[in-house]
Amino acid sequence: MTTATEVMKPPRTEVGVLGWLKKNLFGTWYDALLTVGSVAFISVVLYGVTNWALTGAKWGVVTTNIKVFMVGRYPYSEIWRIWASIGLFAVMAAITGVVWRLNIARARRAVTISWIVVSLLTVVLLAGFGENTPIPRVPLAIWSGLMLTLTLGIVGIVASFPIGVLLALGRRSNLPVIKVFSTMFIEIVRGVPLITVLFIAMLMLPLFLPASISGRLSNVLRVMVGMTLFSAAYVAENVRGGLQAIPKGQYEAGRAVGLNEAYVMALIVLPQALRAMIPAIVGQFISLYKDTSLVVIVGLLDLLGIAKAVTGQTEWIGTQKEVFAFAGVIYFITCSALSYASRRLEKQLGVGER
Amino acid sequence: MKARSWTIVSLLVLGALLAACAAPAPPAEEAPPPPVAAARFQTILDRGKIICGCNAELPGFGYLNPAGEFEGFDVDFCKAIAAAVFGDANAVEYRPVTAPERLPALQTGEIDVLIRNTTWTLTRDTANEVDWAAVTFYDGQGMMAPEATGWKTFEDMEGATVCSTTGTTTEMNLADAFRSRGLDYTPLLFEKTQDTATAYEEGRCDAQTSDKSQLAALRSAMEHPEDHVILDVTMSKEPLGPLTAHGDDKWNDVVRWVVWGMVQAEESGVSSVSLDDMLESDDPTVRRLLGVEGEMGTSLGIPNDWMVQVIRAVGNYGEVYVRWLGPAGLNIPRGPNELWTNGGLIYAMAVR
Repeated sequence: MTTATEVMKPPRTEVGVLGWLKKNLFGTWYDALLTVGSVAFISVVLYGVTNWALTGAKWGVVTTNIKVFMVGRYPYSEIWRIWASIGLFAVMAAITGVVWRLNIARARRAVTISWIVVSLLTVVLLAGFGENTPIPRVPLAIWSGLMLTLTLGIVGIVASFPIGVLLALGRRSNLPVIKVFSTMFIEIVRGVPLITVLFIAMLMLPLFLPASISGRLSNVLRVMVGMTLFSAAYVAENVRGGLQAIPKGQYEAGRAVGLNEAYVMALIVLPQALRAMIPAIVGQFISLYKDTSLVVIVGLLDLLGIAKAVTGQTEWIGTQKEVFAFAGVIYFITCSALSYASRRLEKQLGVGER
Repeated sequence: MKARSWTIVSLLVLGALLAACAAPAPPAEEAPPPPVAAARFQTILDRGKIICGCNAELPGFGYLNPAGEFEGFDVDFCKAIAAAVFGDANAVEYRPVTAPERLPALQTGEIDVLIRNTTWTLTRDTANEVDWAAVTFYDGQGMMAPEATGWKTFEDMEGATVCSTTGTTTEMNLADAFRSRGLDYTPLLFEKTQDTATAYEEGRCDAQTSDKSQLAALRSAMEHPEDHVILDVTMSKEPLGPLTAHGDDKWNDVVRWVVWGMVQAEESGVSSVSLDDMLESDDPTVRRLLGVEGEMGTSLGIPNDWMVQVIRAVGNYGEVYVRWLGPAGLNIPRGPNELWTNGGLIYAMAVR
């Protein structure tokens, strides 16, 4: 198509900025009307927002409380542990980047394993041990702020994925008990709103469990379990969609070369199914991440809960707009990062190209 | 296709999950719920700290400070109870609760005591199986108007436009207050409290009504708080105080006597400043209160120097009030929350 332009240059109004403007914004009279209208609307909104952000807003509520927004009630004296964890992750990310860029095939496995080790280390570092150790225990119950939001999001994503895959396989199983259980689990969970799941995890669980056990489950842990199981049901349906898209010939071919069923599933069917479902699964993860803000309703102080809590400070009463705008920006940045990562992954695996 | 080995793996993992969720609840365990409530006090003593249900977003009463710690009027009572029981005001685990979950959280034993601006009403007292311990703050629906109007009573407000939230008891109480006096007024109704405040500040109404503590919070967010007064009129009863689960009498006793002890301390002139002198006092009430003589604390099942610890940690009732609700805080006039000796409603039962 583009090679035609090499022969003779088109008129100036057809190319460059002018051409683009004419083609995209002022093609017809109603295009022009829409363009002018939209520009007017956007300018009014932008002017209002920037005017408020630069002159009216009391950003002091955010700067004064930045520690609370980020790590909530995590004790001041222990904040070095959070920095250390961030540092560990940064180092790991750098190493991973180098290994992948230089394509050092041998180091890849080592890097993967060290990611797992570092993640576990971080959990230990942040949660701590007993009383009289260099890293005293910081109970999950007081984790709050962005730290809690990220923790709930990451744990939910990491834990719900394998459970979801197992549920999807269970639902396609020929063993009636497993099939019925998986189907019932998925359908019941999908039939209940997340709020209800959270309320059950928070208030009903202590009624079912003896006090000796429920007393030891922190409220954060209970919410984690609730959100993970909730998300797993949706992941399961996404994965099932992927499994159904794999032609039967793939299974038969796998069997024909002598692989047993486990290997057929693990080496041939699942990789293809999951690759195809990346957009749907990442969509589910982003939605899970945003849903973590619902924990405010059961009294956990995630990023949104903190935003509400600091407006109780006598000095900053009535600064709801500022704190919610700040929380919104953080959510936007983190969600965009997630979807960017998903696009990268899709590109590398060539989804939609093969 | 028969992915049998996979399904077996799935079965095992899902089974384990299910077991983890459901298994530890054999039917035999469900039998004794009443002892759980009765044994609450012992549970707290064994645990070594109290779990206090509080508000996380109410100016003056309960919120997070920039260091990430809870503070406020209600929070100080959590600290006081911890100081009385354990001699350590930090022996508290704060559990922020929202309005819909606060009473269930108490019933299920998630929290030991709820101190979260909860109005003492008959329905809640009976239907929800909870017991209030005492009243720490007499709130009530009030009226805010610009100081320039010089208004003092409802009669002064004849023909005024009043901003209120719609569909709440607030709106009903407002109508009752004016109609019972045969006065004319124009209501201007909004969905949210913040909207009524904005309308009032923009001058769209002459006065604004809400609970007095709320009005004070809204006022301190205004550009010129000093130009507005909260009138000395009250349209509803909103007694707020700490509550515990039903059937938990020993624990409830501790909570109520800590509150009354703080009130008695103010009445007897015992404050965090005068504490050391007061330990030498000859006044029998003070001597009993501070555990110099008698066995007040011991008979509650807590250390006999309980009030010494409370006063040292948070001060007496008046000091707590001034700290959060006084001129430096929300600036709510004490009004009914003045001691009974000064014409208010705050009254402690006899410490003897």
